[in-house]
Amino acid sequence: MSLLSVENLNVSFPTPQGRVNVVENLSFELGQERLGIVGESGSGKSMTGRAILRLIRPPGRVDGRILLEGADLTGLGERQMRAIRGARISMIMQDPRYSLNPVMTVGRQIEEALWVHERLPRREMKARTRQMLEAVRINDPDRVARMYAHELSGGMGQRVMIAMMLIPRPRLLIADEPTSALDVSVQGDVLTLIDDLVRDTGMGLILISHDLPLVARYCDRILVMNSGRVVETCRASDLYNATHPYTRGLLAAVPKMHETRDWLPVMDRTT
Amino acid sequence: MTDPSPSISLRNLDIAYGGVRVVQGVTFDVARGESFALVGESGSGKSTVLKALCGLAPEWTGTMQVLGQPGLHRPNRAMARRCQMVFQDPYGSLHPRKTVDAVLSEPLAIHGIGDRDERVEQALVDVGLDRRFRFRYPHQMSGGQRQRVAIARALMLEPEVMLLDEPTSALDVSVQAEILNLLKRLRAERGLTYLLVTHNLPVVSFLCERMAVMNKGRIVEIAQATALHDGSFTDPYSLALYAASGGNR
Amino acid sequence: MEMRSWLLDDSPASRGQAAAGRAYRIGLDLMRNPLTVLGAAIIALLVLTAIFAPWIAPEAWDGQNLERRLLPPSAEHWMGTDQLGRDIFSRVIHGTRITLMIVALVAVISAPLGLLIGAVSGYFSGWTDRILMGVTDVFLSMPKLVLALAFAAALGPGIENAIIAIAITTWPAYARIARAETLTIRNAEFTDAARLLGASHTRVILRHVLPLCTSSMIIRVTLDMAGIILTAAGLGFLGLGAQPPAPEWGAMISGGRSFIFDQWWVSTMPGFAIITVSLGFCFLGDGLRDVLDPKSETKR
Repeated sequence: MSLLSVENLNVSFPTPQGRVNVVENLSFELGQERLGIVGESGSGKSMTGRAILRLIRPPGRVDGRILLEGADLTGLGERQMRAIRGARISMIMQDPRYSLNPVMTVGRQIEEALWVHERLPRREMKARTRQMLEAVRINDPDRVARMYAHELSGGMGQRVMIAMMLIPRPRLLIADEPTSALDVSVQGDVLTLIDDLVRDTGMGLILISHDLPLVARYCDRILVMNSGRVVETCRASDLYNATHPYTRGLLAAVPKMHETRDWLPVMDRTT
Repeated sequence: MTDPSPSISLRNLDIAYGGVRVVQGVTFDVARGESFALVGESGSGKSTVLKALCGLAPEWTGTMQVLGQPGLHRPNRAMARRCQMVFQDPYGSLHPRKTVDAVLSEPLAIHGIGDRDERVEQALVDVGLDRRFRFRYPHQMSGGQRQRVAIARALMLEPEVMLLDEPTSALDVSVQAEILNLLKRLRAERGLTYLLVTHNLPVVSFLCERMAVMNKGRIVEIAQATALHDGSFTDPYSLALYAASGGNR
Repeated sequence: MEMRSWLLDDSPASRGQAAAGRAYRIGLDLMRNPLTVLGAAIIALLVLTAIFAPWIAPEAWDGQNLERRLLPPSAEHWMGTDQLGRDIFSRVIHGTRITLMIVALVAVISAPLGLLIGAVSGYFSGWTDRILMGVTDVFLSMPKLVLALAFAAALGPGIENAIIAIAITTWPAYARIARAETLTIRNAEFTDAARLLGASHTRVILRHVLPLCTSSMIIRVTLDMAGIILTAAGLGFLGLGAQPPAPEWGAMISGGRSFIFDQWWVSTMPGFAIITVSLGFCFLGDGLRDVLDPKSETKR
């Protein structure tokens, strides 16, 4: 049985011109592996992540089946869904500055994330928090636990977010552009950290990003999305041999470090 | 670069922001028609240098010259015709209640330039926008289209120097490619001087000839953009930035 | 239908079409909310009544007839008659002119004043800001009605003075709002871009900052209209506003004060008029807020 199975997922929003599908007939299976979903803005990649966690609010509508370890999530009520979010599926968002509570210390927030799903004695909670902060490679966990969100750098904030999301030991982690708000020198560290934690705990990972090379480096399998549909599915190692014109176009449009081309190839927007 | 009259010339530039010094001792020249990049991470002070050049960061000391004219502590009309800027966020740099036509006509109105209809239409053609965009509002356009309008606005006064502040970092890769091509073509056609601020090294490789690496308000190294081909930097910070950006891979 | 597609065209061919299209879209959005439509209808009715008052009203507003004093509402006198035998319905109808005049003049005086002071204060900050906002705070710290009373008392009773007094008390709130908005607009990149093009401070304030503050100002003024009408009525009630025999609604309520228990209609009928018009402005203001709020600007 696969960890997550998505069948015929449709996400639609009403517009003055009628309902528009931002995700259309999306199906995929996820085992204990790292799946990358790549696409440009408006491709539906983020909506897919949100739909799995049932975070799409009306008037948005979600159809299709989402099975987590065989159990259908689509029929669950909001209360049951809340028990699943965090405990079994966690999500890391783009900018830690907006995801962390500004008036609560980092330590309290991580404890809170644990407390919601597991009632432990106070001392054990502290120990788990400390352990988790160490796991995300924060050098001085006791000091950081007493800090507030605005005192953290971007990379540090994202590590704290990761600690908060992983402390209830979820089965599946969805990372939506986890590093696009970070400086390049920190990006690698954060992604390697996510990667190590995913391997160590045997979680499934869905990495959502616009950055093809990055996804190719950190994932096993890749879905390329364009205007709500999957245009290509391939192993990460085969990405540079992709066949679909859209994928090829995306790959070619990225400037290279040793750029010698006079002009970058541009995609035909009429199709 | 020993051009007798550089487009941009900075000597020992210090810039403060609300009393805090964020840029220290920055010195470099950009030759006429050259494309020069300032690279660094957030907080390195690279965008502040651009702001000081056009007069938006008044607390600076040192020497600045743009096309032989001394630097300013606030923007003025003469500077506007020499030097223009393209901003990072195409959503924030266009007034939400003004049509493309109003945005592009404004510089002409400020400087009392005639033939506005013709010039606006020509500007749209130059940046590759169809004329049916002329009376649209920003919210009726995509990010790439907005950035084209912002570039057109900067070109309305026919400046020689263009300051580009992360002009493509808010755009999708396929749109980024279009805008980079556009910037490259405009420079070739008009002999523009570019000073590009970015954190994206491959963009420098595509668009620039030389680059300065900034860290914590100082320039740590000035190198040819070809150094990006083989990573032949000397400063440890430049090397680390190069490696983190996917160089040598 | 052709008109509609011309208005909703995504690629308008002229400035006029672009502006008309925008106005049409705002109109369409407003029409979607039934309460807004009701509010707009009430205000439209108020305006029409004011224009055509002499034709609508069955009698003159000062038509005294002491033989029919204090008659209850009937088919002949829909709202009854007052202590001087005047037809209350006719007086309420004529009163719309006074109400509309107060509302319009206060809006015309205080909104632009507050907008300009707030925008200048927020744009320049520093000493300009401290001085202007200091003055604003002095005005804000006093209760509106008391301040208006003081001004009306100082200037002498009369409808013009009442308007001036109300305008003086309402602008500080608008200045505060305009300043808060200007602070965010001032740091926007499009303001920097305009300055780099060589635009003067005056131009940036008038052409870039003010147009963006205006919509929240329109919302706020519309919502405040109810309060302005009540303040005007309050001044009239206390004898500091419109003077008898002018058919000002507040003064009419005041006039019926002594018979309120036996001849309730004398005070109640103009009271209904005040409530209806106030509600109309509130509904319209709420609708405008939903449509014009800059935060929801991306939708359009």
